[in-house]
Amino acid sequence: MYTTNASRGLPRHRSRHLTERYTRWTLRCVIATLVIALLWLVVAFHLNGQWMFALLFLVLGASLGVVFTKRTLMSHRYIFPAVAGLGVFVIFPLLYTIGISFSNYSSSNLLSEERVRGQLMSQTYQQEGNAFELTLYQAGELVRLYLENSEADTPQRFVSSPLNLANQETRQIGIQAVDASPAQEPLEMRAIIQARDSLQGLRLLTPDGAELRMAGLRQFAPMVDRYEAREDGSLYDRRDDRVLTPDPASGFFVADNGERITPGWPVNVGFTNYTKIFTDPDIRGPFMQIFVWTFVFAALTVVFTLAVGFVLASLLQWDQLKGKAVYRTLLILPYAVPAFISILIFKGMFNQHFGEVNMILDTLFGVRPEWFTDPWLARSMLLIVNTWLGYPYMLLLCMGLIQAIPQDLYEASAVDGGGPITNLFKITLPLIIKPLTPLLIAAFAFNFNNFVLIALLTGGNPDILGASTPAGTTDLLVSYTYRIAFQDAGQNFGLAAAIATLIFLLVAGMSLLNLRLSKVKV
Amino acid sequence: MAMVQPRSVGARRLGAHLALICFVSLIVFPLLLVISISFREGNFASGSLIPNNFSLEHWSLALGIPWERPDGSIVQPPFPVLLWLWNSIKVAVVSSVLILMLATTSAYAFARMRFKGKEPLLKGMLIFQMFPAVLSLVALYALFDRLGQFVGWLGINTHGALIVASLGAVALHIWTIKGYFESIDGSLEEAAMVDGASTWQAFRYILLPLSIPILMVVFILAFVISIMEYPMASVLLVDEHKLTLAVGAQQYLADHNQRWGNFAAAAVLSGLPITVAFLVCQRWIIGGLTAGGVKG
Repeated sequence: MYTTNASRGLPRHRSRHLTERYTRWTLRCVIATLVIALLWLVVAFHLNGQWMFALLFLVLGASLGVVFTKRTLMSHRYIFPAVAGLGVFVIFPLLYTIGISFSNYSSSNLLSEERVRGQLMSQTYQQEGNAFELTLYQAGELVRLYLENSEADTPQRFVSSPLNLANQETRQIGIQAVDASPAQEPLEMRAIIQARDSLQGLRLLTPDGAELRMAGLRQFAPMVDRYEAREDGSLYDRRDDRVLTPDPASGFFVADNGERITPGWPVNVGFTNYTKIFTDPDIRGPFMQIFVWTFVFAALTVVFTLAVGFVLASLLQWDQLKGKAVYRTLLILPYAVPAFISILIFKGMFNQHFGEVNMILDTLFGVRPEWFTDPWLARSMLLIVNTWLGYPYMLLLCMGLIQAIPQDLYEASAVDGGGPITNLFKITLPLIIKPLTPLLIAAFAFNFNNFVLIALLTGGNPDILGASTPAGTTDLLVSYTYRIAFQDAGQNFGLAAAIATLIFLLVAGMSLLNLRLSKVKV
Repeated sequence: MAMVQPRSVGARRLGAHLALICFVSLIVFPLLLVISISFREGNFASGSLIPNNFSLEHWSLALGIPWERPDGSIVQPPFPVLLWLWNSIKVAVVSSVLILMLATTSAYAFARMRFKGKEPLLKGMLIFQMFPAVLSLVALYALFDRLGQFVGWLGINTHGALIVASLGAVALHIWTIKGYFESIDGSLEEAAMVDGASTWQAFRYILLPLSIPILMVVFILAFVISIMEYPMASVLLVDEHKLTLAVGAQQYLADHNQRWGNFAAAAVLSGLPITVAFLVCQRWIIGGLTAGGVKG
């Protein structure tokens, strides 16, 4: 253990070697470039109005600059990259998730207010009763558009100059009024269908200044901007003749009758997401059910894997047994095969129709259980698979701990006439359970959040009936939040973040308990 | 060797062997089954563990070679398995190297230097390591989505994002390496520094060469963890040709179109190297994994 010269304030070691000095200067240049790049990101994010991200990179850039220029922080240079990685990719997302949980960020409230405004302002609608029938006429290599509104009171007819319809760009074309259609055979409907993409890009300007756009397969119609921005920030809806005012509480433009115009923008909604979890019956019901199942799943997994692992470990420690190395290698195979492959193997094996498990059960007992559609069978399947996946870990832990038990104890027990069962429960188990506890808590926490197993095996199915969010009977809390956030059309990030925050609290509790029990020495 | 032996030790030994053999065959059955299925003809074939109609169709498709059936029809490979494997390996190697560099330098500081905030930092790392990345996926997705607007190679659907995101999980490795560094006597480095070496030189030329074994272990450990990473990759990667194996493999067993046979071949092809690597290095990997409680 020593303190660096620099952090004691002693003079810097100055290398006589030129290459060494060059390295030092290269390092400085790299740091300077990094700081500049980060500051550029800060400005970019700030201009985009994303102050959270701007702040993140400002803190990152500033601390990088400070740590690598202040000589008293010499030791911190060594830990800076790792701490920065932890900060940006673990702690920041954690805080950001907590932040999102107080907003209504979702697929309907995704963009910023300016972007929503821009999107609404670009909306157009077709003026009624003014549609023009479209026909195409060949003009050499090119094609002429002919438009006619024969049903109107004052029929109008227009024709365009010859156009190249291979060009799909959006462009404005002037059209002239004519008295009659061109005196030739029109092109067939097929030609219009083929040229549909380029026709959609055409903006036809009539001599009196109206703009026509494609409104149906054979129709062009005058399109007008639907909304008009007012000075007080509200929008005037030309089509429905009403005023929309931005509502900062809900993040939507709202009409007088209370109707909300999508899309909206994310706003702070306080504890709404949390109160929803505990009061809205369509969310509370599934949430509580999933919550209980998550605990049961994690606890049963730990119990089962520990039971199997402990018994096997005791067997393998028996010095009368030959071929221990072979058994050991075969027994930890489930640990060595990548989990995402073995889980998928089980998914195929438990398949209702052609899975091997049902084939064997069918020949032996004549039953074909529906592993994926019956909630209880699906849950038992998850436990079976997870025990298969998890017992080698317990086996290895127990083997390590059993080795540390002095052999005299078993000698004494044998002298007193104790059998193997007595040894197991009176000597081995009591002696290893104490050092094992923190590891069991870690295993519990891991399985509490065992997302991969659920996602790959059942995907949370079968579904809970009557839930307003995607929720399944085999979902754990993590897979539940994942589905709320990333599955289906809802994408309710705010609600998902609120549930994630609750899990954060649980995990934090578990890890503190773990730290207390294992008495980590730093 | 125990001195006092019960009389029935022979019978017990036999019983133990029998129980173990039964259990082992139960455990290994799924793995053998998959190997067997990968050689069976067709996607829904059932049969004995030793396939009766032997066929290399699934293997050929897994290796990306179109297969001609006896009736003349040509089957195209359904998914680019080798590309997925290559993506996985690429991401895993780069992120493991980066993780190793970050973890080694900070482990050195934590093991050898005295500085402000050392103890809370170490403990904090241990706590934050227990928060699974799945929970902050929304935030990570938002982060990379925004970053991608300014830095192309860090956006959604890039391997860069996946690699960079994995850098948050260094805490476990820092603890492992720190423990090893502390087991090496510091007097060698002090001697070097008395002779005029800088702190960095003492670390680079004295300590690092002494710790090659633990660096190998941490590299393999980080590699295995990265290969198996699923949640982050499933959110960050979109295009089929960008997927890693862990995300892509599940497409074989989609709900409506299960390609059981094709999956078996792909699983053996991609799982076998990882499994063998794990078994070869098991002594070191297990030491590292059981210390942190990562899998289980």
